[in-house]
Amino acid sequence: MAALNLDEAEVGRARRAAARIAVDTLSQIEGKTTVAVERAVLRLLGVEGMTPEGVPWANRIVDDLLARGLLDRGAAAWFVRTLVSRGDSPAETAKHMALEGLDDEALPEVEPGELRDRMCSLAREGLDRVDRSRGEREERLARLGRGPEPLRYLIVATGDIHEDVVQARAAARGGADIIAVIRHTAQSLLDYVPEDGGIQGVGGTIANRENFRVMREALDEVSEELGRYVFLTNYCSGLCMPEMAVLGAQERLDVMLNDSMYGVIFRDINMVRTFIDQHFSRALLARAGMMINTGEDNYLTTSDAFQKAHTVLASQFINEQFALLSGLEPGQIGLGHAFEISPKVEDSFLHELAQAQMVRQIFADCPVKYMPPTKYMTGNIFQGNVQNALFNAVSVLTNQTVHLLGMPTEAIHTPHVHDRHLSLENVDYVFRAMQHLGEEIAFRPGGRIETRARKVLADAVAMLEEVAGTGLMEAISQAMFADIARTRVGGKGLEGVVEKAEDYCNPVGDLLKEERTAS
Amino acid sequence: MNAKGNTVTAYGDTRGDGAVQLSFTLPMPSGEKARQAALVLTARMGLQDARVVLMDPIDPGFTYFVVYAETRETVDVSTIQVHEVAYEAMEPEEINRFIRETFGRKLVVIGACIGSDAHTVGIDAIMNMKGYDMHKGLESYPEIRALNLGAQVPCETLAARAAEEKADAVLVSQVVTQKNAHLKNLTRLIELLETEGLSEEMVLIVGGPQVTPELAKELGYDAGFGRGTFPGDVASYLVQELADRESRRE
Repeated sequence: MAALNLDEAEVGRARRAAARIAVDTLSQIEGKTTVAVERAVLRLLGVEGMTPEGVPWANRIVDDLLARGLLDRGAAAWFVRTLVSRGDSPAETAKHMALEGLDDEALPEVEPGELRDRMCSLAREGLDRVDRSRGEREERLARLGRGPEPLRYLIVATGDIHEDVVQARAAARGGADIIAVIRHTAQSLLDYVPEDGGIQGVGGTIANRENFRVMREALDEVSEELGRYVFLTNYCSGLCMPEMAVLGAQERLDVMLNDSMYGVIFRDINMVRTFIDQHFSRALLARAGMMINTGEDNYLTTSDAFQKAHTVLASQFINEQFALLSGLEPGQIGLGHAFEISPKVEDSFLHELAQAQMVRQIFADCPVKYMPPTKYMTGNIFQGNVQNALFNAVSVLTNQTVHLLGMPTEAIHTPHVHDRHLSLENVDYVFRAMQHLGEEIAFRPGGRIETRARKVLADAVAMLEEVAGTGLMEAISQAMFADIARTRVGGKGLEGVVEKAEDYCNPVGDLLKEERTAS
Repeated sequence: MNAKGNTVTAYGDTRGDGAVQLSFTLPMPSGEKARQAALVLTARMGLQDARVVLMDPIDPGFTYFVVYAETRETVDVSTIQVHEVAYEAMEPEEINRFIRETFGRKLVVIGACIGSDAHTVGIDAIMNMKGYDMHKGLESYPEIRALNLGAQVPCETLAARAAEEKADAVLVSQVVTQKNAHLKNLTRLIELLETEGLSEEMVLIVGGPQVTPELAKELGYDAGFGRGTFPGDVASYLVQELADRESRRE
């Protein structure tokens, strides 16, 4: 494989700066929890259901605790104390707490040792379900195998999960290795998971347990038919990020979109809330053996891909360090980037090649996810197909791991069945025609491609060292990423951030941490 | 166009040939039956001399077609009425430059879903960085200070904040139209702004899937935008309206 001559010392400097940034950020959130983390814990302890008005039990219980100033001890303790005093099953306890409310004054204290044991044993049952999913994935993967890299990643988005299934099956038969179900517009801003399966999505499909299950089952069927495992993706982002991690982990999603800064920058979600939520989510996704996909491609939709290429690289270093600190293995960290340089720029193909090759080399153990052109796609579907062909060429030349197929109708509508077909044909042709080209070429030392990559790396190092100096939250306030500023006290969801009390306990978080260090 | 110069039809390589290309998928297996179905469907669209040049199986249940055909229909261009647009669409860079050159300061735009409406899809699409369908929202305009107050904002809060920020424009989104809730909310806001003497100073814009320019005017707003509006449309209108107002003042 052709390699660029990059300065390893520069790469080391970037990693060290990114590690300082991530450690510093995590130290600032250590003493805090969020309503979303607490709801995720309750779900793992077996809280599953909704009130007649459609409010999930986890929301009802956590909102009640928050309103009464009791959430600082953690939802798990209140749940287990109620469970012990009533002698009920977790399901009955959950129902009681959600529908009748918590009578904290009448609730007998449980001896701390016993409380902890009971919390841990329930948490372990929840994690067992996650482990079983992981085991099942491993068994199926070992038996069926998977498609060759770059893995073909295709999107379905009809708003109705049953129609999504039809489209996903057609896509898988056409060669898709990963199916992503696009989520209902603005679901990321809902502070609850809509459990009612009957809701018609707009711009995508509602993400919830039942819909995850329906698609997983359909993809399992088609995997058996095709003799290759088809992966399923959804979003672990937004205000319910930790709960989506629970649902994804238990319902055997394989990949989840999870970025440390996307929600802050693009959805105006409060940054403290997001950093806490992503840390817990990633620990759970790590345990579930899932791959995360980060969202750096989004920066390039607002910033210029040529001028701001180094911000993408800097963010990849930061995402990598956050992910490692949460317990994800390099093989689970799917870093994102995109083919977004304007077609009008001379040598745009060379610059894209430089970026893709550099990312591939720097994050050699990570499954890099490459995103197609979107910003400069127009209504000219024929030209769009050509742009996608160049994107496909860079991807196969530089051996990207996950390849999101570009649609000729990008920017027009969510893909029609034949848009996906044309896109798969395009990829098949280019990947086949250029299969071994990457092994045959070398980058000219000191040439345009190498010079470009070295410059982007040097700019990223400078940026990371600056961010390490000011702190990540301050850097975001100064619009250093994607040219958009967010403040520490602004954005959605801050009211759901709570200072932990001294006797706070998150049994799931503790188990995830202990068993990681043990293994 | 024909000899009289006012009717047109599709053009391939000869004037008047009516050449049309189309592609579509039929939810059926590929084969002779599917080919005939594609031809019949094309004929029913009113097209003639159809030729299937591609019949490609997508899946056991779907077949993709590319079809060439001819239309005999023509259009008399002189009968076509085009609605007068109140603004000229500008690119984001142009809008920012226009603001710098015309006003010499950042414009302040404040937006919200008022009353009980929690549907922020519309206001977020116009205001937020992410925008909609690759059209970045007003937050992405360096020369606009865009403040999105979000969902369920009381009219009083919006009016007070608009005064405090000396907003150049107020953007209101109303999606829910059950029991005419939107009309009550929108009227209430106008009354408040009028009482505070703000309605003359600011450009008042309402948006929503059921909103029409006529409805907006009727309620006392300066402009109304419906489905399919992009941030650039709102920004283009806004800067041109503000420039008009300034020149009228001079």
